[in-house]
Amino acid sequence: MKIKLLLVLNCIFLGQYFVLSQSDENNVDLGTFSGNIQAIAQYYQEDTLINAALPEQIMGFNGFTNLNYNRGNFSAGIRYESYLNRLEGYPVTFTGTGLGYRYANWKNEDLDVTVGSFYEQYGSGMILRAYEERQLGIDNALDGVKVKYNPYKGIYLKGLIGKQRHQFIDGLVNGNGLVRGFDGEIDFNELIDTLADAKFRLLVGGSFVSKFNDDNTTTDYILPKNVGSYAGRIGMRYGKFRFNGEYIYKINDPYPFDQDERFNYIYKNGEGLLLNLGYSQKGFAIDLSAKHMDNMLWRSTNVSVGPTDLMIGFLPAQCKQHTYNLAATLYPYATNFFGEISYQIDVLYKIPKKTILGGKYGTSISMNFATAYVPERNFIDDMNTSRNSYQTSLFSMSDSVLLQDFNIEIKRKINKKLKFNINYFNFVFNDDAVKVAEYYKMIYAQIAVIDLTYKINDHHSLRFETQALWTEQHKGNWLFGQIEYTFSPHWYVAVLDQYNYGNAIPEQRLHYALISAGYINGPHRFSMQYGRQRAGVFCVGGVCRAVPASNGLTFTLTSSF
Amino acid sequence: MKKLLVLFIMAVLTVGSSFAQNKKLPAVKLKTLSGKSIDISQIKNNGKPIIISFWATWCKPCKVELNTIAEDYDDWVDDTGVQLIAVSIDDARSTGRVEPYVNAQGWDYQVLLDPNGDLKRAMNVNNVPHTFLVKNGAIVWDHNNYSPGDEKELYKEVLKFAK
Repeated sequence: MKIKLLLVLNCIFLGQYFVLSQSDENNVDLGTFSGNIQAIAQYYQEDTLINAALPEQIMGFNGFTNLNYNRGNFSAGIRYESYLNRLEGYPVTFTGTGLGYRYANWKNEDLDVTVGSFYEQYGSGMILRAYEERQLGIDNALDGVKVKYNPYKGIYLKGLIGKQRHQFIDGLVNGNGLVRGFDGEIDFNELIDTLADAKFRLLVGGSFVSKFNDDNTTTDYILPKNVGSYAGRIGMRYGKFRFNGEYIYKINDPYPFDQDERFNYIYKNGEGLLLNLGYSQKGFAIDLSAKHMDNMLWRSTNVSVGPTDLMIGFLPAQCKQHTYNLAATLYPYATNFFGEISYQIDVLYKIPKKTILGGKYGTSISMNFATAYVPERNFIDDMNTSRNSYQTSLFSMSDSVLLQDFNIEIKRKINKKLKFNINYFNFVFNDDAVKVAEYYKMIYAQIAVIDLTYKINDHHSLRFETQALWTEQHKGNWLFGQIEYTFSPHWYVAVLDQYNYGNAIPEQRLHYALISAGYINGPHRFSMQYGRQRAGVFCVGGVCRAVPASNGLTFTLTSSF
Repeated sequence: MKKLLVLFIMAVLTVGSSFAQNKKLPAVKLKTLSGKSIDISQIKNNGKPIIISFWATWCKPCKVELNTIAEDYDDWVDDTGVQLIAVSIDDARSTGRVEPYVNAQGWDYQVLLDPNGDLKRAMNVNNVPHTFLVKNGAIVWDHNNYSPGDEKELYKEVLKFAK
């Protein structure tokens, strides 16, 4: 039996090898396969002190394999997904194993047609963004038909229709709603030959996206089945200056919200405006952005679903996405769907090298300040008639702060061996509105980080990281320490500890120690991690997922071929 | 059973490597910082190698890698004719931060924006940083992750393919 199997296997593999190598020699294009694999297995241990997640089946496993085939203008692919069972913290609607994504595509220089699953983004994504953020358990891929067409130089047209991926139950499960969209963009510098190398550049675009859904769990209100939204955008630049703006408007689109009647099934139209102005040259950049967002929840269903489910639009949070653990996972900010007004400024400067302040290699300084406020709302008494609930005007904000984040980073290379990075963060975080920390009050926190890299020689280096967080609220003060040893290009090992020494409850003044090690070989990476992980919030691109506390062993394998 | 496993792995590796030899740069249109559309498979660099490095403004090891290469980039270009293309996977939240960062750091790379991961998916990238070496439109080497010293390995490969 074994031998038979062996023979069959060898025939298959050698046969393929033969065919493929032959294709090399004779230049007969039989197409190519490529893909990637990601597998995460976590073994959970009991740890009552931190209330660690402990599923009945003791372990969790998430696996993803993409396989793509390409030949000339044609390509097709599948993604096989497994949640056996899903890792703790993933959406409960992810179960089983099967195909989560499959597509076929044909394209030439001007035309690009996809059938099956696809991702897409119009403009900044406020009006439409189908994307996958695997670590967050977000995948709102559309399933249908997508066409991109480039009829004339500088003119780009896109159209799509489809249903959105909602759940995964032994395979892809789409939502009921339909999404239809059209987008056009004109690049004037490409369109008009004489402007090809002009200093002034202009890009104008517009989109229309509508949804149809029949979902209704209320008998009190008649919900619109078709809801349309439109958006316009402009991108300009002149030399070192750059300006981008996008405006979106959405007609009435009521959603249930039990917690506050003033936002429950309201028929107010939604709108959003994003503005960005920047100047940058070698060694210096300044960037300003402003955002007004009102009533812009935009899903393909009007019934209550999971927080990140069936989203058509993407509402980017306007603040820096932090990378240092305490700053990134304790008080991260995500856009408030009901509305917010936010401003942000970034200043980056590189003190030139070989100066007193800059040192031999130069010193980089980056400063960022971001705020978000609740809009000024004029509540009107119309909940028994038109249910618009309130009135707002562009950029008119109340004094109720949602977020204030000031941070500065100084980065310097001392000599060939030593580099450091110092960071300071100052947060004002309104958890009553944001509800991420589950503290539901204002939180004022400061964080300092020192990060040192010492290069022992060409291949070996050591990194030390210390972080301290001070706050009188929530869980009080934290200390964080990490030592990482890397042996390029294959190995790393790291030990870290987080200590909540300032917790008001003495029994909760705990250490969260974690050891991890990994092996990398080209595009393949294997890592393992053992220890205690605190509950936190994991964010990518302003969208966050709460990760429960856990204790145990995790294996991760990623590979591409 | 062990024998079977070994044979199986060998077979997979053989097939895997034969796939790898065939892998071409996908035809995906991306935008430059000034908004121009470019099909990545059309970038030729006169037959000299091209480095394609996936990064994001929120990815610390990515920035360390690209800043480290930037220190020696002029020499790399002079000696081998290599071109580096830094593909940012920042989405709407942070695409505005890409150009200020690139200019403030003084990078001389060609920077392309991949805000919805179209090229990232087409090139089967799981996570950033992920660096590819491309010669005549074919992927000849790639590496995931960055540790200090990895740039030396990359340069060895560049030298090998610059001939």
